[in-house]
Amino acid sequence: MSGFFKSSIGRKVTMALSAFFLMFFLLQHFAINILSVFSPDTFNEVSHFMGTNPLIQYALQPVLLFGVIYHFVMGFILEFKNRSARVVSYAKNNGGANSTWVSRNMIYSGLFILIFLIIHFMDFWIPEINTKYIVGDMSGLHNGSFRYFHELQEKFVPIWRVALYCLGFVFLALHLLHGFNSAFQSVGANNKYTNGLKGFGKAYAILIPLGFIVIALFHHFNH
Amino acid sequence: MSVLDSKIPAGPIKDKWTSYKDKINLVNPANKRNIDVIVVGTGLAGGSAAATLAELGYNVKAFAYQDSPRRAHSIAAQGGINAAKNYQGDGDSTYRLFYDTVKGGDYRSREANVYRLAEVSANIIDQCVAQGVPFARDYGGLLDNRSFGGVLVSRTFYAKGQTGQQLLLGAYSAMNRQIARGKIEMHNRHEMLDVVKIDGKARGIIARNLVTGEIERHSAHAVVIATGGYGNVYFLSTNAMGSNVTAAWKIHKKGAFFANPCYTQIHPTCIPRSGDYQSKLTLMSESLRNDGRIWVPKNMEDVMAIREGRKKPTDLSEDERDYYLERRYPAFGNLVPRDVASRAAKERCDAGYGVNATGEAVYLDFASAIERYGKEQAKIQGINNPSAAKVYELGQAIVEAKYGNLFQMYEKIVDENPYKTPMMIYPATHYTMGGVWVDYNLMTTVPGLYCIGEANFSDHGANRLGASALMQGLADGYFVLPYTIGDYLSDDIRTGKIPTDSPEFDQAEKEVKEKIDFFINNNGTKSVDHFHKRLGKVMWDKVGMARNEKGLKEAMAEIKAIREEFWKEVKVPGTANELNPELEKAGRVADFLELGELFAKDALTRNESCGGHFREESVELDGEQKGEAKRNDQDYAYVSAWEYKGEPADAVLHKEELEFNDIELKQRSYK
Amino acid sequence: MNLTLKIWRQKDANDKGKMVDYKVTDISEHMSFLEMMDVLNEQLVASGDEPVAFDHDCREGICGMCSMYINGEAHGPDRGVTTCQLHMRMFKDGDTITIEPWRAKAFPVIKDLVVDRTSFERIQQAGGYISVNTSGNTQDANAIPISKVAADEAMDAATCIGCGACVASCKNSSAMLFVGAKVSQYALLPQGQVEAVERVQNMVAQMDLEGFGNCTNTGACEVECPKGISLENIARMNREFLRASLKG
Repeated sequence: MSGFFKSSIGRKVTMALSAFFLMFFLLQHFAINILSVFSPDTFNEVSHFMGTNPLIQYALQPVLLFGVIYHFVMGFILEFKNRSARVVSYAKNNGGANSTWVSRNMIYSGLFILIFLIIHFMDFWIPEINTKYIVGDMSGLHNGSFRYFHELQEKFVPIWRVALYCLGFVFLALHLLHGFNSAFQSVGANNKYTNGLKGFGKAYAILIPLGFIVIALFHHFNH
Repeated sequence: MSVLDSKIPAGPIKDKWTSYKDKINLVNPANKRNIDVIVVGTGLAGGSAAATLAELGYNVKAFAYQDSPRRAHSIAAQGGINAAKNYQGDGDSTYRLFYDTVKGGDYRSREANVYRLAEVSANIIDQCVAQGVPFARDYGGLLDNRSFGGVLVSRTFYAKGQTGQQLLLGAYSAMNRQIARGKIEMHNRHEMLDVVKIDGKARGIIARNLVTGEIERHSAHAVVIATGGYGNVYFLSTNAMGSNVTAAWKIHKKGAFFANPCYTQIHPTCIPRSGDYQSKLTLMSESLRNDGRIWVPKNMEDVMAIREGRKKPTDLSEDERDYYLERRYPAFGNLVPRDVASRAAKERCDAGYGVNATGEAVYLDFASAIERYGKEQAKIQGINNPSAAKVYELGQAIVEAKYGNLFQMYEKIVDENPYKTPMMIYPATHYTMGGVWVDYNLMTTVPGLYCIGEANFSDHGANRLGASALMQGLADGYFVLPYTIGDYLSDDIRTGKIPTDSPEFDQAEKEVKEKIDFFINNNGTKSVDHFHKRLGKVMWDKVGMARNEKGLKEAMAEIKAIREEFWKEVKVPGTANELNPELEKAGRVADFLELGELFAKDALTRNESCGGHFREESVELDGEQKGEAKRNDQDYAYVSAWEYKGEPADAVLHKEELEFNDIELKQRSYK
Repeated sequence: MNLTLKIWRQKDANDKGKMVDYKVTDISEHMSFLEMMDVLNEQLVASGDEPVAFDHDCREGICGMCSMYINGEAHGPDRGVTTCQLHMRMFKDGDTITIEPWRAKAFPVIKDLVVDRTSFERIQQAGGYISVNTSGNTQDANAIPISKVAADEAMDAATCIGCGACVASCKNSSAMLFVGAKVSQYALLPQGQVEAVERVQNMVAQMDLEGFGNCTNTGACEVECPKGISLENIARMNREFLRASLKG
């Protein structure tokens, strides 16, 4: 199996597997976030559960972190390798004639998502880790009530951040528009379900980021 | 006895090959390691031979001018490969395939060779399937067959319209396995420029590395030439641009006799030439003639109107059309053999009825087939009184299913929709039955020098049947040569490696280098293609589909003149030490210019019409067959093997008399 | 029609190379692209310049020799054709046409528009075959029935002509379509099963060694492939590779 991880196909498969995990994570992240639109209390409760449950915190969170980092690092490694596979570039290249813009620019949508993620981590994840594991406050309370919904609302007050988030989701949508089905192709799933899956992938790639955008705008305007 | 010994084993024809194999000398496995064999050309014949020889344990050095064996022109064969498997239970047998091939070849091939070909044909299919060649299958999972022109059974195996490609890739994969094992040393982008003889035996070749220009010496205990046919002597043919006679011609100059150069197959269904810039012609599968009807306008006014664009072919009523094949050959109609169909097209075009701007095209019309299939389908689908449009729609679907890829190819090239307007076709040079003379062992008149596949003359006589070229290439390479070469090599087990520093190698290399230097330094004014096109025109006009004494004599003189001018005026840019396609072409055209003259001389000598060779002087004078080709078995039932003596005109004819013990000679009739 | 051609000229593998402009006049729309190149070369020979070297042979779309990157696309703007089948009617009078060789580290330029594709050869040598010796005693061709669907699919994969347009078109210079087609042909046939595990592993290892890039599923190869080889073959190879890796 060691050859597997060194091989081009093996690496693509691991890219796809990490993508599956991230896409699943994205779905559950969205499911929780959308609660904030309908019911701040439920949102608070679920957030507290996710933030304090040992299984999630000590088992799934490291997996997620690994998945994110792996997907980025391997993405860059592969991009570097792929670029070096063509020493002299074409004087004239008409990529649009045979492939979509999104499929050819995964590295750029990915890079923007990375920038977004750094900001997102600084906004939410680092303060959260700080509160819970450095300050040691596992209560999830602020002035006697759950702090999660309140913190979320606070973040979406400045218009620049809302704009940045929206842009981040647009790039996420672009990334997913190719990435969703590409991941299935990479693990060899090309069969009679492929066409249906393609439609589903497109819907997923557009609806989920759109949902996140709606949530951000909602909180911005309903503050 | 003539100097030609065909070495046909004694005994009944059915047992010749088996009993011969039983008694043949073999080389033991430990000794095979010490024996080198050079294979020049890696198409179906060369590729299969190289792979099989390497499997047996010989050290094989293989040479191809392309960048991979997979690109040899065998790859372009469309229709299929014959084999006497009798999977269809329609009465096929080894004898019947043998009989059809000899008859199809107009009784000018060697019985024993053809019988052996038919005998091993079934093994070819087994071998290819085992290699993973994806032949077409029916719904029960068994191999499918189609029928092909000139025979009464379905024995043709096929892989869509790309049978040659799949068979070549099969042989190529077998080669790859041996290259990986180190048993084949593959030299891509190399061209053989001479054979080296030591003590009368072929012991190596001089080759040019086409990338670096380096002249290399390669030695071996035997040399196999498998470099295909010489159809490009006509400049325009369905051959690949690089297909050439050079290897065959070089060995001819070193003592290998060249047999029957005038036997050339002109294929009737090719896309016509559209202008002087034309570089090659494209074949449309013969299968089209199953459903297409061939015609030209009856009236000259209509011909002119069509050429000037005032009328469309579809404007002409049935009465205004001349379905000349159906008119002349009511029994076979549009399905007459290739040579007959080609000559009939030429006859109409020579009479001025050609339907395109060059005057060299006839129509191949699918309208009746579309209507016929449409009505059939309407009946099957239970549609009563279908409209004409519906009939057309249903019929078109059937034609599309049968010939869709060919119609698409035609439309890409000609930019006309063949469903709406008839296709235009014209004959083109396609295959050369003639080639280097070989005996039963496939050895030329030079000991240790073998010639296989289209490059030799052996199995097709004066005309080749459809789907038999692939069969012969693979039969020679997989199943015949690997046995027969052992008989010769068994004497060489103690010879040891052949050194390449002998005077013979020095001399051969020197000659090759001198020729190259001449081309590079010759300060001529005309490009190589200029001469090649002129040669082609003479060949096509005077040594083409119909030949006569006057024309052939003129052709010989004209070719000689072109050749002399070529050596004075040819211009080759660039240098010798680089990839130089013009230099490559120059060497090839120089050889075509010699072969062309011998070709005409051979045609002149053979004052009979047989197969692809039609002499206007030799036709039936009366009776039902009036005007048709007349074979003369009394005087010409022999193979013409030419010995090189300097100028092509001075070549000396040796005759190998053909004996027919198992087949009765009959005149072909398609009326 | 009259055209301006921008063509990559490179003396040999070590030369740096550059684009050079040429003019051709009176080009017929019925010419094939290579016949147009013949006209240019005749012109260059006549004027004492060195003609442009390019690979070509059968000129009927099956040998896989021709290999030009025309106006930013492998085999030019038409679909389902090789360069030799591309016709000048795809262009207009006055057009400027850019002509480059295949670009990939694994396809180094030999001269002008000619590239070295022997990396494909080595991939095939690594396992693109079934180990069966030639003999008259191989089992009968009909001994193992093969479903028509599998035979047809194997044939579709086997129609690859090895031209390298997939590599040239891929932004990553990946050879996955080529290798996928070969692996698929054998994976679909019973004869290919015995060596399936080693075959896919060895061929992929060689492909990586040659310096081709990774597949990122852009699908450009499938669009530009003159023989319409499907991306499904890449998926199948991925599956075969996964299965082989799990088996050890």
